[in-house]
Amino acid sequence: MSVQPVESVIPERAEVRPRFAWLSERALMHLFLWPTLLLLLFITVFPLIWSLCLSFTEYSVVHDSSWTAARWVGLGNYSRLLADAEFWTRFQISASFVVPTVLVEFLLGFGIALLLHRLTYGRGFLSTIILIPMMLAPVVVALFWRFMLQGDIGIVNYFIRDVLGFAAVPWLTERNWAIVSMILVDTWQWTPFMMLISLAGLSAVPKYLYEAADVDRASGWFKFRHITLPLVTPLLLIGMLFRLMDTYKLFELAFVLTGGGPGDYTKVLPLYLYRMAFGDFNTGRASAVGYIMLIVIIALANLLIRLLNQMKAEER
Amino acid sequence: MNNPSQFKASSVAGRIVFWLLIALTLFFFLFPLYWMFLSSIKQPGDVTSLPPRFIPFVQFKPTLANYAAVLSTSAMGSRQNTFPWALLNSVLVGGTATVVAVILGTLTAYAFSRFRVKGESDLLFFILSTRMLPPVVVLVPIFLMFTNLGLPNTFAGITLLYIISGLPFVVWMMKGFFDEIPREYEDAAMVDGYSRLEAVWKIVFPEAFPAMLATAVFVLITAWNEFVFVTLLNKQSWGTVPPFLYQIIGYGRTEWSRMAAAAIIYITPIVVFTFVVRNHLLRGVTFGAVRR
Repeated sequence: MSVQPVESVIPERAEVRPRFAWLSERALMHLFLWPTLLLLLFITVFPLIWSLCLSFTEYSVVHDSSWTAARWVGLGNYSRLLADAEFWTRFQISASFVVPTVLVEFLLGFGIALLLHRLTYGRGFLSTIILIPMMLAPVVVALFWRFMLQGDIGIVNYFIRDVLGFAAVPWLTERNWAIVSMILVDTWQWTPFMMLISLAGLSAVPKYLYEAADVDRASGWFKFRHITLPLVTPLLLIGMLFRLMDTYKLFELAFVLTGGGPGDYTKVLPLYLYRMAFGDFNTGRASAVGYIMLIVIIALANLLIRLLNQMKAEER
Repeated sequence: MNNPSQFKASSVAGRIVFWLLIALTLFFFLFPLYWMFLSSIKQPGDVTSLPPRFIPFVQFKPTLANYAAVLSTSAMGSRQNTFPWALLNSVLVGGTATVVAVILGTLTAYAFSRFRVKGESDLLFFILSTRMLPPVVVLVPIFLMFTNLGLPNTFAGITLLYIISGLPFVVWMMKGFFDEIPREYEDAAMVDGYSRLEAVWKIVFPEAFPAMLATAVFVLITAWNEFVFVTLLNKQSWGTVPPFLYQIIGYGRTEWSRMAAAAIIYITPIVVFTFVVRNHLLRGVTFGAVRR
């Protein structure tokens, strides 16, 4: 941003008496802060407390007339969930979607960034068009991939079967392939995000480091391993943290692309919670699931942040 | 060499591999978009034909009939739930939520940037943490709350929800921008006899306007794309396009060419916006955490 001389941005002032001078700085501060804070309290803190209370009760929105009918069961919901094999299966399925997705997006995104970074010309335009997928509605993306991944007439299988000569893949109908489909679609949509972060990291590495390494006749691999990687890693970890939290809470993909199927094989945690709350109307128990999800993601995020800070400390 | 991080790709083979990889990348990310567009201009019979037809005018006769059908009020959905209505709802809800969120959030960001707020970092962290919450976790209590307040199926309810979900983002983005705008502008204006509020209105806001616009685009996109809450809360009225698109594939045989036409109409503004805010993308998608 160019800094203009101060005089030029201040309009000429005709009258001298300032309006609203009676508003003190303090009053103004409160006026600016509180609407936002109150709205956020209203929609996050209050619901969180409510849902914590609900998680200790047996209650159903549909079957019970009002929330006064909720029966206090203490930690009953939690202990029953933790003893329930189904619940652990949901965790496993979520993990088998989240972990590969984040890793693939990281590797692909970083790889593509390394490629694009070598372009001397057209880099801005190319990276912008590659970024389009991540701006689209997850529902549109999921719907359209559902169309493209159809077993016999889908375009993806056309390439695999008729162009490459492999056997057609039962994308959405076989349980392991259904998970692969989810990973594929999320990778399509969100690899651009990791690419964007990586590109930012790569262009922030000071050129003189490479020049110094060139003087020492360092190999390409040496420069990558000892200059590029250490300087880019913190940013990549931030990117992975974002992706981890987002894929963990992603609901649309399972809901629209696979519908949780085949069977319940792609019913990830958010979909499990949704069906429990608004299919079975087991409100109290669903709230407990929500809380466990919340605790897990906070723990994971803290772990990653600690790792990040540790790496930053080592650099110094 | 003008780009120091390059590995030397002087050999012919190296170059071929390099450009092949670039081509493969572009194909992977852009082909689905191209295919969506193609499907939207095909006759229903051509959409799933095998072998597929890739080139309009040569392999198939393109048509705008799908767009006409989607935009007329009778082709898809029930009477009160047609694509034009859903689109109008998306525009009204998204537009209103964006304007309100950006104004409120910008004021808050200004306060954080310029005034001495007690517990500033704690408050900022609180604001950030609301965004990290998985939406399904608060879905149940918000549903109960909204039902008790009579907010489901209203414009006010869903708009309020989108305002609040956009606020943390606006505060963080705008705080970053304000921290970069020198205080001297307002100070000079106040020496000249402006009150603080006038200085904010006449000096700071015009200065921050481009940043506010970029922020607004991201808020709008979030509201434009949201699915979970609007599906659950606005089943009967004030539904936006995402749940509409999901519903129409549920009814019998899906007409993919019309689905594609509706999707293309819906994503066009987003594609345009992506180019408009391309210089702010990094900041925008990382919540202002990563700047260049």
